Amino acid sequence: MTLVEKILAAHTDKKKVSPGDFINVRVDLILANDITAPIAINEFRRIGVEKVFDPEKIVMVADHFVPNKDILSAEQVKFMRNFCNEQGITCFDVGQMGIEHVLLPEKGMVLPGDVVIGADSHTCTYGAVGAFSTGMGSTDIAAAMATGDIWMKVPPTIKFIYNGNLKKWVGGKDLILHTIGDIGVDGALYSAMEFTGKAISTLPMDGRFTMANMAIEAGAKAGIFVVDGKTSAYLKLRAKRNFTVYEPDNDARYERIIEYDVSSLEPQVALPHLPSNTSPVSKVKGVEIDQAVIGSCTNGRLEDLRLAAEVLKGKMINPKVRCIVIPGTQQVYLEALKEGIIELFIQAGAAVSTPTCGPCLGGHMGVLAEGERCISTTNRNFVGRMGSTKSEVYLSNPAVAMASAITGKITSPDDV
Amino acid sequence: MLKGKVHKYGSDVNTDEIIPARYLYLSEPDELAEHCMEDIDGEFLSRVEPGDIMVATTNFGCGSSREHAPIGLKAAGISCVIAKSFARIFFRNAINIGLPLLESAEAVDNIKSGDIVEVDLSSGSITNTRNGKVFTAKPYPAFMGELIAAGGLIEHTRKRIADSRRA
Repeated sequence: MTLVEKILAAHTDKKKVSPGDFINVRVDLILANDITAPIAINEFRRIGVEKVFDPEKIVMVADHFVPNKDILSAEQVKFMRNFCNEQGITCFDVGQMGIEHVLLPEKGMVLPGDVVIGADSHTCTYGAVGAFSTGMGSTDIAAAMATGDIWMKVPPTIKFIYNGNLKKWVGGKDLILHTIGDIGVDGALYSAMEFTGKAISTLPMDGRFTMANMAIEAGAKAGIFVVDGKTSAYLKLRAKRNFTVYEPDNDARYERIIEYDVSSLEPQVALPHLPSNTSPVSKVKGVEIDQAVIGSCTNGRLEDLRLAAEVLKGKMINPKVRCIVIPGTQQVYLEALKEGIIELFIQAGAAVSTPTCGPCLGGHMGVLAEGERCISTTNRNFVGRMGSTKSEVYLSNPAVAMASAITGKITSPDDV
Repeated sequence: MLKGKVHKYGSDVNTDEIIPARYLYLSEPDELAEHCMEDIDGEFLSRVEPGDIMVATTNFGCGSSREHAPIGLKAAGISCVIAKSFARIFFRNAINIGLPLLESAEAVDNIKSGDIVEVDLSSGSITNTRNGKVFTAKPYPAFMGELIAAGGLIEHTRKRIADSRRA
């Protein structure tokens, strides 16, 4: 069995599962946020049970339109908060909250071998620590909150092998954008993506979170990494419960195996309006921008901010660019503050915000007007994603986004 | 039997297009329906009538997990969606809330906007009344059929819980 098949089988009463099997899977953690929880709670009420199956295995995070951007958003968070209080569920609210997919791994709440489901498409992020995690809808989450399990179709696994050493300024974002550019936005539809190879073994955890996070952008059900020394070091101070590490069998069957030599890979940029519309940064440089966003569940971790700071040091943000930096959690914010990164950003003319998903989905904190163009470390560049349907979003890694914020046009970090 | 006028779209219609994120403070079906497809097709809402059918090519419903998307489509009057392929979270969400989805590449290639199409959900047959051509959608796996027959995931779960209490 593959890594994914082993984890899924361990959460059923079966010894073995195969791609295409319909199974009922016991879940270790269920997640919802301020946008998806209200529907999930209403659906949960319809089931007719009083209590959730286990409040310790459910978590809710107020992060999308938080701190509340308007009255209706405030009502949604209030509704979610009240339900959490009633049921004894942990609710991460303003002051403790962070962007859910940065927060939960940081808190040690998602661990190797876990099955995690979340009413958010980027729940696939936790594959970085060797968990099987996948996004679902609110009704799925409602049913799982009542029963502790959920139906799944076992996905086939596609193995991606990245050979070679990465160049300076090339990281997880570039590997995943390159991959989506190659296979397309439905290139891994219904499948699990397993990431491996020499370039992965040297990739920091933060880069692995970025890659697993964007598996959904290739249509995948999950993105996953085998646990190694870097994972164990990351978990050492975080994990508060026991976990089981699974490995793929030697004779595991993969739907496909795709290999890349990434030694000469440049930083990648995804042009409007699909994440698969990728190009090396050298081929798009010079495109003028109005805004640069550095943050999100894709690239809002400490390593991301460090890279942006390394590019920015000794320089200023171009006065015509609104550069918005959003640390993913309070902890990331605090660490960046201690390292002097936050001061560097502010002195150079960037705005630094409390954690929120805000601008990534055109919610608040950086919505685009007609005709405006943004380079962003987020995950989607669909039409109207960050505001006006006549605005444009270019996706990149944090170093490229910051280099572009300095010059006012899309720029390689090597050129500033 | 469903019968309705077709609204056809291309590939990778994403959930931000089906219901833009700026409306995600809404969760009432009728309120969501008022903004369905507005960024991709400004005239959809004035054209759509109850029972109409949406047709698209590949990867329909990609992007976010927002259930607001199938809820909005259903409340706007769409009776079913026919596509060559669906994004997986959208597929789950639609089945869970009782919006039927049918996969048939052949049907999609032979249907255009404005056609009147008949769909028999029990057999999966899709008839284009313009020329009488009949296509058959990929059958649902047994478990999905069970879910649909129960009336969606919530009803299916209610039944499971009731059965386990009796046992």
